[in-house]
Amino acid sequence: MSEASMIGLLSAAVSFGALLYLAALGELISEKAGILNLGVEGMMAVGAVTGFMVALETENAWVALLAAMLVGALFALIHGFFTVVLGAEQVVSGLSLTILGLGASAFVGKNAVGKPSGAVLASVDWGPLSDIPWAGPILFSQSPLVYFAILAGLAAAFVLTRTSTGLALRGAGESASTVDAAGHSVVRLRLGAIATGGALAGASGAYLTLSLTPQWTEGVTAGRGWIAVALVIFGAWRPGRCAVGALLFGGLLALKSRLQTFGVDLSPILLSMIPYLLTIGVLIVISIRARHRPSSAPAALGQAYRREER
Amino acid sequence: MITLLDMSSPTPPAVNLVDVWKRFPGVVANAGATLSVTEGTIHAVLGENGAGKSTLMNVLSGMYRPDSGEIQIKGQQFWFRSPADALAAGIGMVHQEFRLIPSFTVAENVVLGASERILRRSSIEAQVGDVANEFGLKIDPTRPVWQLSMGERQRVEILKSLWRNAQILILDEPTAVLTPSEANELGTVLREMANSGRSIIFISHKLHEVKEFCDEATVLRGGETVAASLLVKDTDTVKLAGLMVGSSPSTISRPTPQSQGTPLLTVSGIGALDDRFLPAIQDLNLTVHGGEIVGIAGVSGNGQREIAQVIAGLRPVTSGKIIINGEDLTNALPVERFRAGLGYVPEDRLGVGLAPRLNIIENAILRNYRNLRQGPLLAEERMRTYCEDIINRFGVRSGLLGDPIAGLSGGNLQRLLVGRELSGNPKVLVAAQPTRGLDVKGVKAIQDLLVAERSDGVAILLISEDLDELLTLSDRLLVMHEGMIVGEFDPTTAKRHDIGAAMAGEVAT
Repeated sequence: MSEASMIGLLSAAVSFGALLYLAALGELISEKAGILNLGVEGMMAVGAVTGFMVALETENAWVALLAAMLVGALFALIHGFFTVVLGAEQVVSGLSLTILGLGASAFVGKNAVGKPSGAVLASVDWGPLSDIPWAGPILFSQSPLVYFAILAGLAAAFVLTRTSTGLALRGAGESASTVDAAGHSVVRLRLGAIATGGALAGASGAYLTLSLTPQWTEGVTAGRGWIAVALVIFGAWRPGRCAVGALLFGGLLALKSRLQTFGVDLSPILLSMIPYLLTIGVLIVISIRARHRPSSAPAALGQAYRREER
Repeated sequence: MITLLDMSSPTPPAVNLVDVWKRFPGVVANAGATLSVTEGTIHAVLGENGAGKSTLMNVLSGMYRPDSGEIQIKGQQFWFRSPADALAAGIGMVHQEFRLIPSFTVAENVVLGASERILRRSSIEAQVGDVANEFGLKIDPTRPVWQLSMGERQRVEILKSLWRNAQILILDEPTAVLTPSEANELGTVLREMANSGRSIIFISHKLHEVKEFCDEATVLRGGETVAASLLVKDTDTVKLAGLMVGSSPSTISRPTPQSQGTPLLTVSGIGALDDRFLPAIQDLNLTVHGGEIVGIAGVSGNGQREIAQVIAGLRPVTSGKIIINGEDLTNALPVERFRAGLGYVPEDRLGVGLAPRLNIIENAILRNYRNLRQGPLLAEERMRTYCEDIINRFGVRSGLLGDPIAGLSGGNLQRLLVGRELSGNPKVLVAAQPTRGLDVKGVKAIQDLLVAERSDGVAILLISEDLDELLTLSDRLLVMHEGMIVGEFDPTTAKRHDIGAAMAGEVAT
């Protein structure tokens, strides 16, 4: 393997990793508040099509990104309405959101298929830093969304562990009644977490159509939303570990498309199974450890909360 | 009403509840209850289950809005719309079931909902530690709650109230989850808090703790205050027990006595642990003969729940033997006991007794579905007939048989449950609190069923908190205290005073 193709692989790993990380971080925030949202794939698709269409109209990639995040958040709030306000089953609602998102994005983007992109997010120019061997091309000539993902991860870690809002949000995922009794609004915390998750999934989708492959095709998300859901478990609901997992899974995605150029005779289908196999492995470890201490999964994950009344 | 408190004292009471009424559908939980707590004292609120203690405390802590009545805190009138309002007025409540997040640290649990926007871990831990030290609460603020004992968790709950500067602290049966030494420690901490000017309301069943820890006591019965602010040092546990159980006239006539049959249920030397793995029953012996009702009385939480579960096979024994209808079934499965002729009416009607989401037919056959099969499938027609038989025989008033039972009234649920247990023609019946929470008609129906089974020669063990019920139904009355049988009485001649003393653990001679 040549040095150039190795650098290309690592650079793509970072790029794909950031794509996965944005969506996974959103899901992590939502799950920390106790809401399982299996609609990530759908939210990404909606974000992707919104980003592309708005870029066509406005020819401004930043406006397109903001629009994708906004629409992603609003779309996620459908899930919020069903699960938080009505107390509906979260798995059913989340799966519906995925199906709805995939369908709606295909419908909206019908006429945009094959059109050239209106605007792209250009790679950030770090000046002399980009010229550093290895690190330059891998770390310092990436899409702005890569750096956005890093900042979002740091911000999420800070808010979750160092602020009272974060404490309450984590509490809502552990024991909603306790947080309610302590005077916080569980509804507001959970809706906020869901909307944030939707915005990040929207950004992840827009990354696809504004930066990675600047065009619209139906099904552009290609199951990456599901990898993001798995990534949250793989990262044991911690932003830092999820980042490591994102790089690993991103590397696998990058490798998949390069297998043949490397002359390796391995089915890419086998490779795309690896993230899920790893996630199952982590689940087993978590479950075994949970015999002696609370599981790292939020205790109230997936449970609707209604104030108890006699 | 007995009032010993000097009403002319110049400082207004810390808490003054006047003529509180609270009705729920079909139940009057508080019927003119009053409570007056002097500032800086520990005040016991006593009463049997269903006496209205919890409702009254929920009114005071803002959980329920009373239908009528006044809440005065330090002489000032309040009208609470939510627990947050009560909290703002300085009232903190430590619930029986702790509201803590196991994966959070002590400090995180304490500051949840009451802290600066940005949390600095070390400074918060230090502050929480300071508050704990001030009142002698031994706790490490940095430890996660899941590692703590129940006693330590309770300290965290108390700490939460102190952190929010509660001046009035309500503890709902605080010692129910504690070991005796932890309970003593709690008593010291509460005294410390009272000395610092806070007022403590201590809800309890355990009379000796009231005697030990509390300054004043208010006794509730049937939603009313029957004794207000008794000075604890001027009273004794026997008198308090008497006030709790009361002496209302009996409602049904005694069944005619009949000669005893053979022993059908023999429990010898039984020991068992409670949910916290502390001894709940020690070396317990009892025998129930065919054709008699043996009643078990006692202040709740003295092992009655556990002995019923042990006999039903829902709780393992640590020692001893259980013989049902001549068979040693000490370690047998519940289904084997059912086949041997044991019927069980559990305390938790919905949940252990009946499955709320299943329909009436499914609930009716839960015990006996193995006999209602056609090959590997359930025989629909026979299921329906079996269920209709129970419904007709025991007068269950139901809607459609295919509807979930959740729609049935409490009385009909209990008839269905008792009917199902009796449909197997048991030799032995264990009934735990079979009439609790039922209306007068429902109580009568269940009591009549028990008496009829007794006449048919069934051996019945009746566990109840209603002393009147026990006195009218039982042929023999046993009193449990701290997991042991401490007295046996003949219900026709026994004096309530003596039974009350035995319930308080003071064995009468």
